[in-house]
Amino acid sequence: MKDLSQDGYTTEDGRKIGGVVMEMRNITLRFGGVVAIKDISFDIREGEIRAIIGPNGAGKSSMLNVISGFYHPQEGEVWYRGERRKPMKPYQVARQGIARTFQNIALFDGMSVLDNIMTGRINQMSASFFDQAFWWGKAQREEVENREKAEEIIDFLEIQHIRKTPVGRLPYGLKKRVELARALVAEPSILLLDEPMAGMNVEEKEDMSRFILDVNDEFGTTTVLIEHDMGVVMDLSDRVVVMDYGQKIGDGTPDEVRNNPQVIDAYLGVSHD
Amino acid sequence: MPDQLIFAMEVTVNGLLNGVMYALVALGFVLIFKASGIFNYAQGVMALFAAMTLVGIQDGRVPFGHLINEIFGTDIHYFGWEVPAILAILLTVVVMIAFAWFVQRFIFRYLVGQEPIILFMATIGLAYFLEGVSDLMWGSEIRNLDVGLPQGINDAIDRATFDIFGYGFFIDNLDIAAAIIAAILVAGLIAYSQYTKNGRAMRAVADDHQAALSVGISLNYVWILVWSLAGIVALVAGIMWGAKSGVQFSLSLIALKALPVLMLGGFTSIPGAIVGGLIIGVGEALFEFSIGPLIGGATENWFAYVLALVFLVFRPQGLFGEKIIERV
Repeated sequence: MKDLSQDGYTTEDGRKIGGVVMEMRNITLRFGGVVAIKDISFDIREGEIRAIIGPNGAGKSSMLNVISGFYHPQEGEVWYRGERRKPMKPYQVARQGIARTFQNIALFDGMSVLDNIMTGRINQMSASFFDQAFWWGKAQREEVENREKAEEIIDFLEIQHIRKTPVGRLPYGLKKRVELARALVAEPSILLLDEPMAGMNVEEKEDMSRFILDVNDEFGTTTVLIEHDMGVVMDLSDRVVVMDYGQKIGDGTPDEVRNNPQVIDAYLGVSHD
Repeated sequence: MPDQLIFAMEVTVNGLLNGVMYALVALGFVLIFKASGIFNYAQGVMALFAAMTLVGIQDGRVPFGHLINEIFGTDIHYFGWEVPAILAILLTVVVMIAFAWFVQRFIFRYLVGQEPIILFMATIGLAYFLEGVSDLMWGSEIRNLDVGLPQGINDAIDRATFDIFGYGFFIDNLDIAAAIIAAILVAGLIAYSQYTKNGRAMRAVADDHQAALSVGISLNYVWILVWSLAGIVALVAGIMWGAKSGVQFSLSLIALKALPVLMLGGFTSIPGAIVGGLIIGVGEALFEFSIGPLIGGATENWFAYVLALVFLVFRPQGLFGEKIIERV
C-alpha cells in the first residue's frame, strides 16, 4: 500500500508542502480529574502553516505544551520524523529542533535584544569547555557564525534599531517579535507559536501575520500556531485543527473548517437540536 | 603633609586590599543567588572545606584517616608523598566540582520551585553537614596553608613611600597577591558569563527558567555549573584567608563578612559585590582609624553592618541591584 502521509503537494501560491513530519496519536492529557485534551490525533506536514484554533480554555496551549515537552500526556504517542518520541524534557525537545514562543512572552528581560537572540543559538554551539573558557579556536569561530545568523534574522524581522536595547524596556509588540527572532535563529525544523498575536493592535497583528508568512516563504519553516481569533488564522494557515473543550471538532483547510457545522456551533454557540 | 593624612592613606590602601577579599567571598553568594535564587549560607563552609582539602592533598594526608583507623584498627595518617601546590589546587577543583554535582543531585533537584526560605534552610543544613564532612575527612586542627604566595612586607612600596612621605607604608605582599588574583578571577568570570555558551546559558537561567528551557538549556546542568564556579571561588577565598590566618573553623565565618557587602552591592550584581567589598573594606578601616580610638576600638566587628543598614534604608536593592518597581 502506498504511504499517503509522505506525499507532498504544491499550494495555490506555489509553496511546496512535504510529507508528515510530526504526528500526534490519540493524545490524552489530564490534570488531576480535569481532562485538558481528550483523545486528539492530527499530523503536521513539512513546510506548512498549521493552526490550532478554538475558544478560550479549549486546550490549545496544552497541546502546544505537549509538543514542546512542557507537559507529558497520560495517553497517546508523539511521532517525530518517523520515530516514536520518548517522554522528553523541554530542553531535549528544543535540541531536536523544535523552537517555540510563549503566550505570555518568556524573554530574558535583563539582556539586550541581540543577547536574547544569541541564546537561541545555544544548541548550535559545540566548542569544548576549555575552548570556551579560554575563548579559543572553535569557540571563537562559532561565535562569529552565530552572530552572522543572528544579524540575518534581525534584518529579516526589521528590529535592527533595537539590537542593543534591554528587552525589558521594549513595548509589547516588539517583545513578541524578539521572541519570534529567538525561536527562528535556531533554524528550527518546527516552529511553535503560542498566540503570536494576542494583545496586539490591528497594525501589529498585520505586521506579525506578514512576518509569519514571510518566514514560511523564505525559510520554508514548518509552523504550528495557536490563535483564538478565527479571522487571522484563516488567512494565514494551510490547514487548521479546531478544538473545543479538549476535543477535536474539526480538521482541514480553512474553507472546510469554516463550513463545518460543529465549528460554527463552538464559535457562535448555536445549538442544532 | 600632616602625619594623620599619611597614616589615613596607608589605612585606606590596606582597607581596599581587605575589601577585595570580602568581595571574593560575596562573589560566591552572588553567582548562586543569581542563577537559582538560593541564598547559599554554606558558602563560608565551602571555603573552609576547599582550603582543608587543599592542605590535606598537599600534605598527602589520608582522607577519612581517623575513621578508617577506628574501624580497621590501623594506624595510617599519611600516604607518604607531598603533592605540588598546582596539582593540589587542580585536584581540589575536581573535588569542588564533585561537591557541586552532589549538592544538585541529592538536594536541590528535589527542591525546584520551592519557597526561597526552604532553599535557604536547606543550605543551612548543607553548611553543618559539610562542616562535619570536613572534620571527618581532614580533622579539625588548625593547618598552615602554603601554596607559595609571597608573604611579608612589600619592600618596594615601603621604600617608595618612604622617599615621598618620609614614612614607609606597611603593605603585605600577600594582600597584593590576593588583590591581583581576585581581579583576574573576577575579570575571567565576567568574560566567561558574557561571551561563552555556558555563560550565556547561566545568564539565561538567571533571567527566566521557562524561556531557558525553550531554547534548549538544561537547568540541571547550569545549576551544577554555577555551584562548581561558586566552589572554585570558595577555594580561592579559602586559599587567601587560609594563607593569612591559617585554615581553621573561623574561616567559615568569613561568610558573615560577606553579608553587609551583599546588602550594599545587591545580591544579583557581580560588579556590585566588588564595589560593595571595597566600600566596606575602606569604610571599616578608616572608621576604626579615625573614630575607633574615641570609642574603645574593635569597630570592625559591627561597622560593616551599620553601614549596610543605612544603605538598606535608602536603597533596599543595593547599589547595583535591579531596581524594584511595583506596578499597581
